[in-house]
Amino acid sequence: MKECYLGIDIGSISTKGVVIDKEYHLLDSCYLETKGNPIEAVKQVLRQIKIPEGYHLYGIGTTGSARKLIGLLLNANVIKNEITAHAVATMTYHPEVKTILEIGGQDSKVIQIRNHMISDYAMNTLCAAGTGAFLSSQAKRLGMDVKDFGSLALTSQNPTNIAARCTVFAESDLVHKAQIGYPKEDIVAGLCKSVVLNYLNNVCKGKKLEAPIIFQGGVSKNEGVLKYFKEILKEEVMVDPNGHLMGALGIAILSSKNPRKEEYHLDFENVSFKTIGKECHDCSNRCELLQIYREEELLDIWGSKCGKY
Amino acid sequence: MGSYGVPIYYLLTHILENEVVKPPEITSRTLELGSKYSPDFVCTPFKYTLGTMIESIEKGANLLIQMGGGCRYGYYHELQEQILKDLGYSCTVLNLVSGGRKISYKELKKYPLKIKKRHFLKSIYITKKMVYYMDKMDDYIRTHRCYEKKKGSFDKVRKEMLASFAKVKGVRDLFKTYRKYKKKMEDIPLNQPERRIRVGLIGELYTLMEPAANEEVEKLLNSYGFEVKRYTDVTYLLFEKKRKVRKYLKNFFVKYCMGADALDNIHHTKELCEEGYDGIIHMKSSFCTPEIGAMPIIEKVAQEYQVPVLFFSMDMHTSETGFLTRLEAFCDMLEMRKQ
Repeated sequence: MKECYLGIDIGSISTKGVVIDKEYHLLDSCYLETKGNPIEAVKQVLRQIKIPEGYHLYGIGTTGSARKLIGLLLNANVIKNEITAHAVATMTYHPEVKTILEIGGQDSKVIQIRNHMISDYAMNTLCAAGTGAFLSSQAKRLGMDVKDFGSLALTSQNPTNIAARCTVFAESDLVHKAQIGYPKEDIVAGLCKSVVLNYLNNVCKGKKLEAPIIFQGGVSKNEGVLKYFKEILKEEVMVDPNGHLMGALGIAILSSKNPRKEEYHLDFENVSFKTIGKECHDCSNRCELLQIYREEELLDIWGSKCGKY
Repeated sequence: MGSYGVPIYYLLTHILENEVVKPPEITSRTLELGSKYSPDFVCTPFKYTLGTMIESIEKGANLLIQMGGGCRYGYYHELQEQILKDLGYSCTVLNLVSGGRKISYKELKKYPLKIKKRHFLKSIYITKKMVYYMDKMDDYIRTHRCYEKKKGSFDKVRKEMLASFAKVKGVRDLFKTYRKYKKKMEDIPLNQPERRIRVGLIGELYTLMEPAANEEVEKLLNSYGFEVKRYTDVTYLLFEKKRKVRKYLKNFFVKYCMGADALDNIHHTKELCEEGYDGIIHMKSSFCTPEIGAMPIIEKVAQEYQVPVLFFSMDMHTSETGFLTRLEAFCDMLEMRKQ
């Protein structure tokens, strides 16, 4: 029996699952929308993902914003943040890369790598301007699928200027430009450009982006954004065909490196997971507690500030 | 703010004959009350203190004391008094620090206070010493708690120490208590560290010193096994700052004061870098203007020394998950760099 490892990245918008072998080759992958229900999304991933014949699962890693919850439910051996996961995967598959640009559903980050280690990183602050969520909401406004955004943007010769600073300003700018009659492709191209400018201004903030540069995350599938990155940075920007899976790959790699290994079975199909939210009234902190059950068995209670639970 | 309630309570109960109300600890309710009645774009300390004021009034206080100055914090007490009056509470808010005024006997006499003249100076001296000892202990805790063998042993001793500080009778008693607990802390068994990772904590004073406002970042960093260095404490702010700032101004980096602790933080960044710290975390409350001015300079300085800086802007709505993700990634990075 050969060893294989499962990595799951539960992001705000999409959930990704990968299975890799000991040499970090990708065996199977799965990508679907979270739709606000991480537990259901992960069940779906486990249903779709296949562990090939002759392999046995020896580790599970979880990352992304729901990493703690899913990690607890699946009894994962590694639970790590997505920044580290992305960097680890990129350093494994593209050891020459010095800068990672990553735009996901609700966050965007830049990671700088020197001498095969993370030397600096930055992440967007509270605001989700210029991320995938912004692009998809604007696509809805324009009545089109966000997947067609990139190809439409490429047809534009003359992108309009759209305020890049803030989503709300960008939106009113966009409405204004549409009402005075700009063609759709110019507006879409303008949006893609504004995402790039916003990213470079608000996330990179004067960091020196050294080549080779790689662009990852869900938004890297958008050719329009990629084009403007190349244009503005005046550098070649790589995109990995598995760029959207990098977080899951990274956590699977970390899981394989973890000394704590055990045999896992993926039979969560009929196991019911339940979370109950409740407010504790024992003191004036009024903590919002979250009780997590697996088959009526209480796994954990989160959210207490005083340490009572 | 933090545990400074202990010396302040000691001071007030010893120099006043009036009843002193101990403000309740900051809870979610404090925050809710505070932000409900505050302007939205004011910085977080305003909201925290306003919430505490309302809760103290509910407990029966009618004269509130605000300590703060250096930036627009110096004017907060007047606005807060106005807000409280508009809410129908009858109270006075007194600021003891603002405008460079010292706590003077004459000053206090204006208010309906009964002051015990006999031990006035002595109590002030004891309070000052108590703050000094507390800060010294906290400094020790920050650099040693990360190696403790049994979790929570430092916190336990610290709690005991504060409880006995509240009951000290005189200067010598205070010194004895301090010696006793210092010994106790030094006796706590420690794991010998293989390699030390040291993080400097700088930023706006309230967010740094109030654990409720910074998600207990020091404890978190210690639990990851990192030593923490923090310059800002009450001893620094009240007794050392003036002298230090004069020294800092001679340096070429910044030629004039930028308000509050902005100048200090820039110099502390430089000091931390020169002393070989592995990373710097800068924390401020949202809308803290002096720190916003300092941030680009801090980044520039740190870049020159190739030390990573992580910036946090804390608000009551800051999501804990987002905060933890960034902090965890930062710690991972520091560990990787060290290897």
